[in-house]
Amino acid sequence: MSSRSIANIRSVTGIPTARLVTWWIIASEIFIFGGLLVSYVMHRLAHPEWAIAAANTNTKAGAFNTFVLLTSSLFAVLAHQAADAENGKKAAKFLRLTSLGGAIFLIVKGFEWTHEIKEGFVLSSGGFWSFYYTVAGLHGLHVLAGLIIMLIIASDAAKNRDLPRVQCIGLYWHFVDIIWIFLFPLLYIAK
Amino acid sequence: MSSDPEAHIHHPNYVKIWVVLVVLLIVSVLGPLTGIRWLMLVMAFGIAFVKAYLVAKNFMHVNLEKRWVTYLLVTCLVFLGILFAGVAPDVMKHQGLRWENYAAKKAVESGSQASAKHE
Repeated sequence: MSSRSIANIRSVTGIPTARLVTWWIIASEIFIFGGLLVSYVMHRLAHPEWAIAAANTNTKAGAFNTFVLLTSSLFAVLAHQAADAENGKKAAKFLRLTSLGGAIFLIVKGFEWTHEIKEGFVLSSGGFWSFYYTVAGLHGLHVLAGLIIMLIIASDAAKNRDLPRVQCIGLYWHFVDIIWIFLFPLLYIAK
Repeated sequence: MSSDPEAHIHHPNYVKIWVVLVVLLIVSVLGPLTGIRWLMLVMAFGIAFVKAYLVAKNFMHVNLEKRWVTYLLVTCLVFLGILFAGVAPDVMKHQGLRWENYAAKKAVESGSQASAKHE
């Protein structure tokens, strides 16, 4: 039997408090990323020159990163499944694989940005690049945060401690994946 | 004590769902090869919505949560729609009956020139 912290036991609303908090975080993130994406769409439709700038993004790198995030989401949900079966070691293994996906995503992004900056496309190169670095950078920070939290939860899960937290970090990770699902066509496909 | 409705859910075959997601990704990447702009955009964004739905339903189990979680998420999306409707006319139009957005027009012009230079 796994030990559980009070946030995972207390359930005033019918949802454990820890998971409830995760949903509220996701709701607030919808406004952060949603606001940025809505602004991007408005400007993109009003500024035809952005399509010319967008032609310089690397579709192959974007597609590969989408594949990596989708695969890491699979590992996150498999970790949840293992946690449900109270198999902490297996959950920890899948969480670490999810983190590895996040790390690969950030490394690819690093190479991609290095190339773009060398080409002369920087934050101040125009409206498109300003949005590109802001949105993708903020998303990258979320990936980094998720990756670190996931490794902490994995070390606890390996000792069968606080297994419900595996689902909470999974929810957050799937949300980060969904954001990228929309960023990919906006930044890499619509040219 | 917990009355968690999702404490022991039935887990579907997640690998199958992942395969569907990867196939959809491949289709959206192949979209630009058609050379038809509207078809490419419909494919890319239509597929993005389908992928997001599959992740939310099967990986996040939104459909198994208490109903108000769905209400919370939908409310957020409605507010984003209101943001778009409220701001879009100002951002997307560069001139009106008695006004003109010189800065936006200049940005379009200089942006096109700068991008052309880079090519």
